[in-house]
Amino acid sequence: MISNSNETVFQRQPEAPQSEKIILHKNSLSRVMIGFVLMGLAVITVFTLLHLDSANVQLGEAFHSLRETLTQIFIHPNVGSDSFSMLLSALGISLLLAIITTIIGAVIGFFLAIMASRNLTNRYLSAGIRVFMAVVRAIPTIIWVLIFSIVCGLGTTAAVLGLSFHSVAYLTKAYSESIEEIDQSTIEALKVTGSKFWVIVFQAIWPTTMASLISWTFIRLEINFANAVAVGAAAGAGGIGYQLFVAGNMSFDFHEVGMIVYMVIAVTFLLEFVAVKLRRVYLAK
Amino acid sequence: MTGSIKYLSQKHWRQTGVIALVGAIYLICSWILQYNNLAGITAVPKAFAWLGTNFMPTADSMSHVPQIWTKLMQTVLLAIASTVVAAVIAIFVALLGSKVTGFNWVVQTATRGIASFFRNIPLVAWAMILLFSFKQSDFTGFLALLLMSVGYLIRAFMEIIEDEASETTLALKATGASYFQIIFQAVLPQILPSLISWVLYMIENNVRDATLVGILTGTGIGFIFDLYYKSFRFDAAGMTVLAIILVVIILEVLSNQIRKVIL
Repeated sequence: MISNSNETVFQRQPEAPQSEKIILHKNSLSRVMIGFVLMGLAVITVFTLLHLDSANVQLGEAFHSLRETLTQIFIHPNVGSDSFSMLLSALGISLLLAIITTIIGAVIGFFLAIMASRNLTNRYLSAGIRVFMAVVRAIPTIIWVLIFSIVCGLGTTAAVLGLSFHSVAYLTKAYSESIEEIDQSTIEALKVTGSKFWVIVFQAIWPTTMASLISWTFIRLEINFANAVAVGAAAGAGGIGYQLFVAGNMSFDFHEVGMIVYMVIAVTFLLEFVAVKLRRVYLAK
Repeated sequence: MTGSIKYLSQKHWRQTGVIALVGAIYLICSWILQYNNLAGITAVPKAFAWLGTNFMPTADSMSHVPQIWTKLMQTVLLAIASTVVAAVIAIFVALLGSKVTGFNWVVQTATRGIASFFRNIPLVAWAMILLFSFKQSDFTGFLALLLMSVGYLIRAFMEIIEDEASETTLALKATGASYFQIIFQAVLPQILPSLISWVLYMIENNVRDATLVGILTGTGIGFIFDLYYKSFRFDAAGMTVLAIILVVIILEVLSNQIRKVIL
């Protein structure tokens, strides 16, 4: 008879499940940093607000006058001393300024972005372009326009060049980031077939990044329009911004300021609408 | 086979068409604006040569450094304070207005409209309106930056809430959590990193915009640049630009490092 020599029965005792602590918050470094940043920002803000120089303005009076101004602007806008067609043509100039500088920015920015992308060129060239563009980007648009207005006189040329400089730097960064996101294997597959550099750029990179390039370009168009208005006001470079400056800071005609503000808002809504439509068309493809 | 050839030739024509269209728009723009392309291109090297000779800070301009530095620090602090206050306002409004946490469609539409309205009023207009009531003071600059940032941050925060917190909100709703439990236990912790990332971006942006606001309202670094520029003390103006570059790049590097850790 076959029997088990060892008759003792092993019985496995059910163990109590080891109570592991449920991790509620992972990645503690990130939490420490968040706390640190929030604390820092709060301290700076409280300090600044306590030391804010308000030039002894009576706040009650100031808010009362602000309310009156706002009523003039938003409830009773009119064209003031200028004609509507004149304001409209000034608005058109600002818009054209935004479009032309965006085109310049997009074309130059695209080629610089190709040279600045780490997955396409050597490290030193890309680092060099990156550093240079960071410096260009750090200088506010208005200062670029003021610098160019000394060299080539106040006017369209200074405005176009000044606005373009910042656009090129901004779009180079944005484009090169979207180029770096594309799959490395696509580039390698083309390299293996012996494709030249520009073939890779126009057959692989251009089509795959198209949607994001377009959406960045339109974001920049909106920014450029806002900048074109600002530059007209602060540097006297013409367009609707200059009219805004004259109405608001020289003749104090806030009814006209209101009209101009509404016109600018209408154009920005239009630009946003076009951007949304175009994005939808390209994303659908 | 013929289908693909047809597709490729169509694609080729479409691309040529788009490039031609963009070129035509460019030419029309430069014609209407009377922008001389040749003069524009030749002005760039001239401008840099001019910058090299006149804008170079000399030993003399070192005496302006303390003044520039205090104004610049004032501007940076102002930019940070206005962004933080704007963020606090924006988070409440965004919670009311987002599709995930909002009350009803009336409030949602209204919030969207208000945010877009604030965002699109030119900064210049804000600066002038406020200058008229609050005079030439830091407070004017602070308010102008605040009103501008609020519009941007409301839209950004609403998008963040809708992108990142909708699933957690749904999960907590299923457990029967109350509205405020959902907000404080799910939504806010979830979106905090992206929120901070946006605030940091807005601070960088506001430091740059503060220069413009400063020129218009006579405060901070913009005022001092304008002063040097208009009195032809270009070496001191160059010093101011260098200081701005330095601070903006430091801020950019710092916030990129913070982003790397928290995101």
